Amino acid sequence: MVDLLQQPLDIVGGLRLAANKAQSLRSPLRAAPIPERLIVPLGQHIGDPAEASVEVGQQVLTGQVIGRSLNYIGAPVHAPASGTVCDIGDYPVAHPSGLKATCVVIQSDGQDRRAETGLRMPAALAADPADIRQRVRDAGIVGLGGAGFPSAVKLNPGREVELLVINAAECEPYISCDEALMCARPEEVIAGIRIMQHALQARQVVIGLEDNMPAAFDCLKRGLEAVGETAIRIMPVPTVYPAGGEKQLIYALTGEEVPSQGLPADLGIVCHNVGTAAAVARALGQGEPLISRIVTVTGAGVREPCNLEVRIGTPIAELVAACGGYSDQVTRLLMGGPMMGISLTSDRLPVIKTTNCILAASDAEAPAPAAARPCIRCGKCAEVCPAYLLPQQLFWYAHARDFDKVQDYNLFDCIECGCCAQVCPSHIPLVQYYRFAKTEIWDLERQRARADVARQRHEFRLERLEREKQALEARRAAAKKGLETREKSGDADAKKAEIAAALARVQARKSGQAATPGTGAPDDSANTSKANR
Amino acid sequence: MLTAILALGTLAALFGLLLGYSAIRFRVEGDPIVDQIDNLLPQTQCGQCGFPGCRPYAEAIAGGEADINQCPPGGDSGIQALAELLGVDPKPLNAEHGEHTEARVAVIDEQTCIGCTLCIQACPVDAILGAAKQMHTVIARECTGCDLCVAPCPVDCIEMVPVERALATWKWPYPQGEHRPIADTGS
Amino acid sequence: MDFPTQSSPYLPASNDVGQLMLRVSLALVPGALCLFWFFGWGVVFNLVLSALSAVLAEAAILALRGRPIRPALGDGSALLTGLLLALALPPLAPWWIPVLGAAFAIVVAKQLFGGLGYNPFNPAMVGFVVLIISFPLQMTLWPPPTGLHEGHALDLGETFRLIFSGATPDSHTLDSLTMATPLDSAKTQLGLDYTWSEIRAKPLYGGFAGYGWEWINLAYLAGGLWLWRKRVIQWQIPVALLGALGATALLFHIGDSDTFGSPLFHLFSGATMLGAFFIATDPVSAATTPRGRLYYGAGIGVLTYVIRTWGGYPDAIAFSVLLMNMAAPTIDYYTQPRVFGHRDK
Repeated sequence: MVDLLQQPLDIVGGLRLAANKAQSLRSPLRAAPIPERLIVPLGQHIGDPAEASVEVGQQVLTGQVIGRSLNYIGAPVHAPASGTVCDIGDYPVAHPSGLKATCVVIQSDGQDRRAETGLRMPAALAADPADIRQRVRDAGIVGLGGAGFPSAVKLNPGREVELLVINAAECEPYISCDEALMCARPEEVIAGIRIMQHALQARQVVIGLEDNMPAAFDCLKRGLEAVGETAIRIMPVPTVYPAGGEKQLIYALTGEEVPSQGLPADLGIVCHNVGTAAAVARALGQGEPLISRIVTVTGAGVREPCNLEVRIGTPIAELVAACGGYSDQVTRLLMGGPMMGISLTSDRLPVIKTTNCILAASDAEAPAPAAARPCIRCGKCAEVCPAYLLPQQLFWYAHARDFDKVQDYNLFDCIECGCCAQVCPSHIPLVQYYRFAKTEIWDLERQRARADVARQRHEFRLERLEREKQALEARRAAAKKGLETREKSGDADAKKAEIAAALARVQARKSGQAATPGTGAPDDSANTSKANR
Repeated sequence: MLTAILALGTLAALFGLLLGYSAIRFRVEGDPIVDQIDNLLPQTQCGQCGFPGCRPYAEAIAGGEADINQCPPGGDSGIQALAELLGVDPKPLNAEHGEHTEARVAVIDEQTCIGCTLCIQACPVDAILGAAKQMHTVIARECTGCDLCVAPCPVDCIEMVPVERALATWKWPYPQGEHRPIADTGS
Repeated sequence: MDFPTQSSPYLPASNDVGQLMLRVSLALVPGALCLFWFFGWGVVFNLVLSALSAVLAEAAILALRGRPIRPALGDGSALLTGLLLALALPPLAPWWIPVLGAAFAIVVAKQLFGGLGYNPFNPAMVGFVVLIISFPLQMTLWPPPTGLHEGHALDLGETFRLIFSGATPDSHTLDSLTMATPLDSAKTQLGLDYTWSEIRAKPLYGGFAGYGWEWINLAYLAGGLWLWRKRVIQWQIPVALLGALGATALLFHIGDSDTFGSPLFHLFSGATMLGAFFIATDPVSAATTPRGRLYYGAGIGVLTYVIRTWGGYPDAIAFSVLLMNMAAPTIDYYTQPRVFGHRDK
């Protein structure tokens, strides 16, 4: 049983950071032009990538499925624009590794001809929740807040839902795409929330946003009044980074902690991003799958920071061009915010479903990191850790590659928010140490699993060899036994008779061969053919 | 005097019974040490340690016949884990047994393969498919990278290639003394 | 366009070790000025000699270890160690006392353990303890606080000659120039069966905690509060230390006010405030968990009282800090905070 608090709590730890959202909110939300070439990765969500369902050279319409997903945790991918599939292959994607992934490249015909998707559901609020989930799934909707978890799965928590939390607390500096969405299209957001509430049969709904977005608050409030919706509450939470983290927001709103290694559903709570809600409304209301999203393009490195409605697959360079191009201050390109984003090597990478922000940062905004010094155990990291971890101990053991100890100190409760590294006076790249340790531990687990399989297969093989050996021995023993019995039972006459019989057989064969060359005993023919080959 | 002996004797008997009972009642089924060692070995079954497979090596370690530093695929981390388990000092890998390499997988050049089945017989984990006079292929997922199939091949059509790092299995690098670029340019 | 990459976060750093050390050094200024006001030029010589030899020792050993010198000196930690040691030393001690102490602190207590961040013990206190054990006589050379002395206050030149050549000004002996500190004298007198109220009545004991000393401690307190406001240190260690020391003293003082000094005397005499805000809070050697810091601070407080009252040395901050340094890893281990989403630890 969870209840909303009257007064939201401050999250524990965290940082008060300069918001830097005003620069991108100055101009209204607008659509970015559709580029000539769209690079659409097939893996834009958590789970295995989709499989391409189109061929090179094929004509596609906007919204047509180009990648199918067969797994429960997966999402299909749609053509963001009409045109021709000009390549399916490996292209660099936005990932810290800089590795490539399979992408479908579409040459846009510039006409944006729409496909009939069959997603429209006029009476969604009276429909069967299972139907809604299927359509959300077919629309390729994933969590737009950043993690990219398939939304249909999250709409099916497998237990009664007490509370639906709509996460609109965009806590990271610079990012303002959710705020822009709430101000520009409150009705869409509310429609999506109502569909989600119906799909989840959630008893209560709350929109959690930060208390520094009064405009969004007003827009949503007016939107709720306009449709006469009274069951949805809007609660501003104190503006502290990372109040927009799922676990942190739930704590701020309800005072409850999501169990470690658990899900909000364990508390009877489901949390969806506000952008996801709008995407659901678009899919079920207008039949448009997830082919575009709102992206904040900001930082001192672009001339005109703003929020753009962008087709998935648009190269980042095109977005920057739509915002007046780079200013001469640009030194660093980030996807996501300055606390958790990934830094990109190139602007040729495409926007994907989880791209909330493109931050072209100046040297002052994101300077080259200072050289790391030894940890002085000052404990500032522990003070700001929203998960109440001891980051210095985690660092110590990750540094020493002691992967057991680092898990004893609950490495996997770390949400990688970056607060610890931000306040570290020794400039230690703490988050990278934790990521290193996490990926290393996962790798060890994979190796362990592989070793178990190998051991099993090796044991099977040994068993098989043993079996074969025994079978062989059994055969030999049987043959020997036969010989012995004959020897025992037979007297000299019998033996002689046997020899005579054998000689007769040889004689017969010889004569037979002479009569009909080429035909003989089956063994012979086999031998001959082998020799001939 | 007698009472003292009696009292102590009774006490001793009682405690003895108690200990004996708890030894049975709270018995902990420990993994035999060979299994524990075997669990730490990489199961490549490559025989580089000088034993015919990981389990025989584990048995040899448990029996004190082999040292812990004879397993190149396990590398330093493997030696470290063994040292911890056995409570001995870790030592560097014995170079006589080979060098630690990145994970590799066998690939058969299907154009050259003559279908002799020698590699199939050599593979310790049955990871090669094929039949006599049929082209063979490696099930990459099951291949342990043990190298044992390379030598028997009469036409040298098997090559060991490093396992490719995919996005899903990519590992964050260990941070350097200072930040370094974590990847070179993607394109 | 192509860009450099790195791991998040990317914002400009909000803290820096060098800046922290600088702030701690700045916060020492009021206390150091007070010390200078009451005890004269010797304080300045101590500060200069100790800081200089600490920095030189650090540079020398870094060169020997083949480590880069400039960044390590730039963090200001060696300078701070030198300053802290100097403020704990008697102002009329010969020149080699601060030099030896600072060098020992840096070379043995800090660098031999691996340098900044790796030393289990507070280097300045290790230096101090080595000095007080090896040279007990020289470590008592405190002049009487100005305004209390009968006769002679040493000027700059006289201090210089005394410190560097041991020459006392005409018609003075070393004994006539020095005087026991309140903590020291209280200990002796209580041992001679004077009552606390008799001792308190002497001018050496000033307003409530010793003439001069109470002001020096107040100045350290002010510096410490500034550090807390600037979030350089956290409240747990000083509060626990002062609370435990005060409470223990109060308990015994209520029990027997004739034999045990008042809590105020313990709180504002000797190196209490310097220890509470500047020495015990040295992050490297202290406990790091919030609850652990309370235990750590309280431990120092109680130990200080015990050693001051029943131990062989008049002041006890250094010993208590070192003893608790030893306990810090264990304290940390047993006081890990409950992690978000875990029921309890």
